[in-house]
Amino acid sequence: MTRLHIVTGKGGTGKSTVAASLALALASGGRKVLLTEAEGRQGIAGLFDVPPLPYSEEKIAVAPDGGDVYALAIDPEAALLEYLDMYYRLGRAGRALDRFGVVDFATTIAPGLRDVLLTGKVYEAVRRKTRKGSERHVYDAVVLDAPPTGRITRFLNVNAEMAGLAKVGPVRNQADSIMRLLRSPQTAVHVVTLLEEMPVQETGDALDELAAAGLPLGTVVVNMARRNDLDDRALTAAESGRLPDKGIRAGLEAAGLDADGAATQAMVHGLQALGQAHAERVLLEQEQRAAVAKLGRPVTELPRLNETIDLGCLYELAAELREGGLA
Amino acid sequence: MTRRTRVGPLASRPHDAERLDIDALLADRDTNIIVCCGAGGVGKTTTSAALAMRAAEQGRKVVVLTIDPARRLAQSMGLTELDNTPRPVTGFDGERGGSLDAMMLDMKRTFDEVVEAHASPEKARQVLANPFYQAVSSSFAGTQEYMAMEKLGQLHADARRTGRWDLVVVDTPPSRSALDFLDAPERLASFLDGRFVRLLMAPAKGPVRLLSAGLGVVTNALTKVLGAQMLRDLQTFVAALDTLFGGFRARAEQTYRLLQAPGTAFLVVAAPQSDALREAAYFVERLAEERMPLAGLVLNRLTPDAVPGLDGADAAAGAARLERHHEHPVTAHLLRLHAEAAATADREEHLHRRFTAAHPHVATAAVPALPGDVHDLDGLREIGELLAGPAAA
Repeated sequence: MTRLHIVTGKGGTGKSTVAASLALALASGGRKVLLTEAEGRQGIAGLFDVPPLPYSEEKIAVAPDGGDVYALAIDPEAALLEYLDMYYRLGRAGRALDRFGVVDFATTIAPGLRDVLLTGKVYEAVRRKTRKGSERHVYDAVVLDAPPTGRITRFLNVNAEMAGLAKVGPVRNQADSIMRLLRSPQTAVHVVTLLEEMPVQETGDALDELAAAGLPLGTVVVNMARRNDLDDRALTAAESGRLPDKGIRAGLEAAGLDADGAATQAMVHGLQALGQAHAERVLLEQEQRAAVAKLGRPVTELPRLNETIDLGCLYELAAELREGGLA
Repeated sequence: MTRRTRVGPLASRPHDAERLDIDALLADRDTNIIVCCGAGGVGKTTTSAALAMRAAEQGRKVVVLTIDPARRLAQSMGLTELDNTPRPVTGFDGERGGSLDAMMLDMKRTFDEVVEAHASPEKARQVLANPFYQAVSSSFAGTQEYMAMEKLGQLHADARRTGRWDLVVVDTPPSRSALDFLDAPERLASFLDGRFVRLLMAPAKGPVRLLSAGLGVVTNALTKVLGAQMLRDLQTFVAALDTLFGGFRARAEQTYRLLQAPGTAFLVVAAPQSDALREAAYFVERLAEERMPLAGLVLNRLTPDAVPGLDGADAAAGAARLERHHEHPVTAHLLRLHAEAAATADREEHLHRRFTAAHPHVATAAVPALPGDVHDLDGLREIGELLAGPAAA
């Protein structure tokens, strides 16, 4: 059963929104879920409309019918000190490392070590038990709002890279354990996409790269799918700009929106242009939907909500995800 | 992230943003670098390519450095491989004497080239074979930012020397934050000057017994955490960096100053969503702090007002009426679409006004959303026209 849900997607596809909704969906029914973000953008705080998250696990929402969502914005520096303390009991020497700029080096200058620390913290949260010797995990599931598709494989694979640098020793062991979790059936990497050419193509590329790296693939989440009530005939007519003037004019009249001749004519033309752009997008979406189906992964679709995303929207999307079988 | 003080006016009334005159910016011969920055997914690469093309068609000699273009867009510009070589783009209008070259950044190759250019062949071989070097140059996040800065410096120097280009347009990597790109030179410099490097170099330079007690504690801790082999590899890598990259640091600082020079223009690219605009505000504030010249904001993918003279609320009411009577389903649907578009446009305008209230001196070029994707030169030309605004079309 999946305990670590990693959510990626091209920039602008709404992966943070999907990650947050997924956390709510997983928590419903009385479960305890941790939602983490790795990018230091404080996106979770923005979505849930709470002050910037400190480096500690804070309860930020309750799910329908009981269940809690905790959130954590991982701070690499704090994670490193915590890690050194936890595994090496370095104490004074740890502080000396800090003074000598080692912590600074590891978290900001040495590119990549940051990713090692971020994935390390996620690993710790997934495996944490309620108390020593207990079999019960603190969190029923952990959702990671991960880096975008362009960087996801490199991000998740950074510990394999580490293992290449450290042939033996504690760093090697830690790196191996993290990779074991990430490649196990306990993990699933979900990719969020829009029904547009570029994001769908990047989704396909990311799935290939993830699979090649031995990382377990999850669901493709199609976000912001457009609603369309036009039948095929009307859609084709709209696309070529051939929705008849007369019909729209009669519709406007019936709707009580008709005005004098020129103004009505302008409205008719405006609506035709709107219909044409809409049809063009809907047909492109249909093409891309077919392309997504060919990726060979389970697909869940979320509707485009015509409002600013707030907590209410997250609950709505969470319900959609549950219906889609993702949680 | 550290807490930052907001810069901006203490009091400001909402007002319309000043229009950013893209054509004036491109026509200004003193503009020789344009940097497009912004959050991921807001259309930075497309904007960079469209600006470069418009400048070239207006007679500038342009090279555009793209980081990670969509496949079809890259193909349309003749970029079939990631090989770090600027190649001429064919199919644009060169009537006014302009030229257009494009290249994709290959970070590993850029890194290798720096090593090869600044070390003896023997030393270069050693560095290229070091496991730390291989990991850092090819797979660790963050390297892209360093290398984009390096490449920008190289392109600018080439342009100066050969006269092949008079404008460099740069797309920035999709960083996790603004900091990564702007901080790359500074970070590298402070790293090479830092105590940590001196610490790592110490055993190579002198007997260990001469080290202070503090150093001994640190070295022991590092050995404990990393293991002796890994520490040795790291030391070799850092020692190589130190000798190699004295010049690199000087160049990084030079690039940083170049970015502050009046010939550079930063464009912050955003989409009309609250998170993208929040990121844009952050960029604007950060650029001001670093005294880097900001030309303005490019606000992409605005919802166009398709039906002039029809209020969104009226359209919604009209649609409801038709739906109630099950009449004219097509018109009802179109009215719904219009009502939704109008509401979205209102929201976007509200977000933009809030941004403008906080940053009243940032001029904006607003670009309406197109129905389809941009993946050919005609599409880029169209975006270029939209960027320039209605007067120029």
